[in-house]
Amino acid sequence: MTGTAAAAPVRPAAVEVHDVHKSYGSRRVLDGVSLTVRPGEVTVVLGPSGSGKSTLLRVVNHLERPESGYVSLNGEPIGVRPHRGHFKELSERAILEQRRRIGFVFQNFNLFPHLTALENVAAAPAATGQLDRDGARELARGLLARVGLADHADAYPRRLSGGQQQRVAIARALALRPGLILFDEPTSALDPELVGEVLSVIRDLAADGTTLVIVTHEIGFAREVADRVVFLDEGRILEEGPPAEVLDHPRHPRTRAFLSKVL
Amino acid sequence: MSESLGTVVPPGTAPPPPPPPPAPAARRVVPLRHPRRWAATAAVLVVAAQAAHGLATNPFYQWDRFGYWFARPVVLQGLGVTLEVTAWSAVLGLLGGVLLALGRLSASPVLRAVSWSYIWLFRSVPLIVVLLFLYNFSALYPVLSVGVPFGPAFATFDESRLAGDMAVAVVGLSLNEAAYAAEVVRAGVLSVDQGQHEAAAALGLPASYRFTRIVLPQALRAVVPSYVNQLIGLVKSTSLVFYVSLLDVFGTVQSLGSTYSGDIVPLLLVATAWYVILTSAVSVVQYYVERHYARGAVRSLPPTPLQRLRAGFAAAGARLRKEAAA
Repeated sequence: MTGTAAAAPVRPAAVEVHDVHKSYGSRRVLDGVSLTVRPGEVTVVLGPSGSGKSTLLRVVNHLERPESGYVSLNGEPIGVRPHRGHFKELSERAILEQRRRIGFVFQNFNLFPHLTALENVAAAPAATGQLDRDGARELARGLLARVGLADHADAYPRRLSGGQQQRVAIARALALRPGLILFDEPTSALDPELVGEVLSVIRDLAADGTTLVIVTHEIGFAREVADRVVFLDEGRILEEGPPAEVLDHPRHPRTRAFLSKVL
Repeated sequence: MSESLGTVVPPGTAPPPPPPPPAPAARRVVPLRHPRRWAATAAVLVVAAQAAHGLATNPFYQWDRFGYWFARPVVLQGLGVTLEVTAWSAVLGLLGGVLLALGRLSASPVLRAVSWSYIWLFRSVPLIVVLLFLYNFSALYPVLSVGVPFGPAFATFDESRLAGDMAVAVVGLSLNEAAYAAEVVRAGVLSVDQGQHEAAAALGLPASYRFTRIVLPQALRAVVPSYVNQLIGLVKSTSLVFYVSLLDVFGTVQSLGSTYSGDIVPLLLVATAWYVILTSAVSVVQYYVERHYARGAVRSLPPTPLQRLRAGFAAAGARLRKEAAA
């Protein structure tokens, strides 16, 4: 990577999810989820659709507010502060401040279509005042090179393939140098032949020691990069452990049923 | 590869072989002719020519008087008033519209209800009624004051001195315009994908940046065509300010017509010509603004008419040179 701002290593973050409950109307989406992710660890979350995987990720960076329970990043509660025995939601400004320490990669990329790849990546560090305009662009150039898109810096997202768009989205998430990156099914919207290029970028991030939480259906990839696999069903964690244990010798019958379907 | 076409006929097949294709040089495809389309075109051309001929030769139009009045200083002064009222109302109306749209999209039920009621009221009341109300406003509220609501006032203004005719016209048109602009802006904001809001929020972008740099530029792509439509309506609505004793281009023409009663038709033609020029100018601006906001939304921008014209000339020149050389 080039640029002085990008030179300092990012300190990987520790995440703790404490007994989180969340419902949409009468439907329970998260029903008491607790999870600990150590710094630098790669956690893959598996589960059937509608099991609450995406909601869990969105609770971690407070895109969704849990009804009870909380998430902490390096011991600091996200989106809330303790107040007389309960939690009080933080101000919008404080929540935005916290989100800058958490990268989020969406299933549908959600790149800003009216900005070029470079402007997409440079937007956040420039808008939040972390870098000046030139510094942000320099950082963005470096990050695009790192995901193999140095030649496409000035292309608008519409002109890029799905795999390229997702790599720009990863570069954009990296621009604020987060200690934790959340991936919400990063390859589910891609044509099969484009999945590999995105997974290889994520693999590099895992090797760099950034804390990653990945929701995916790529079991082979999970086996390869995950330090830990979590199986979620109907808003509860049914099973968690190293991939060799959960993927090859699942204890819970639901896990076995799910794996037999996707493998 | 074209040589094999039609030459390979399996031996012993029963049906007679199709007629052999013409030699390569004669393989030009003659397009299908459309005689009925030509007939319709000819008929329309005849009618159009007749209309143009009538417009040019009918003495009723008095084109010499049209030429006399078209750029008279008094008419240009009226045109200046039209432009001024339009410009202020367009800007203030759009600003008001953005605020009202944000109100309608707000999480607060009170803001939503107030914005909705405002839009409902001003879309229901004819513009001319709003203007006449404002014109008589100083009778309704002789004194305006700034202070604690329902409490003491810090500063008071004499309303009859505050509101000139221009102010009445601009306020009236802006109030009306804001109600329509609000719905146009709201539709634009709603057309932006929810994922864009989420991505911006996940990056921790400040709220003002999110709205002005992420959501609004994308919304404008949907807003511009409808707002320009609105704007063209506005240009013509300004002719109503005549009724609050402001002399815009229409008002000028109208009052000149009562003095020079023989010139009413050419004077109306002068007003017509100016309104056509103004709306045409707005349409040209619209084209380029739309192009600007189409960045990233289409894979490659189509050429502008000017670029197309230049390309057309270049192609014609190249063909001529080629034919001259041959």
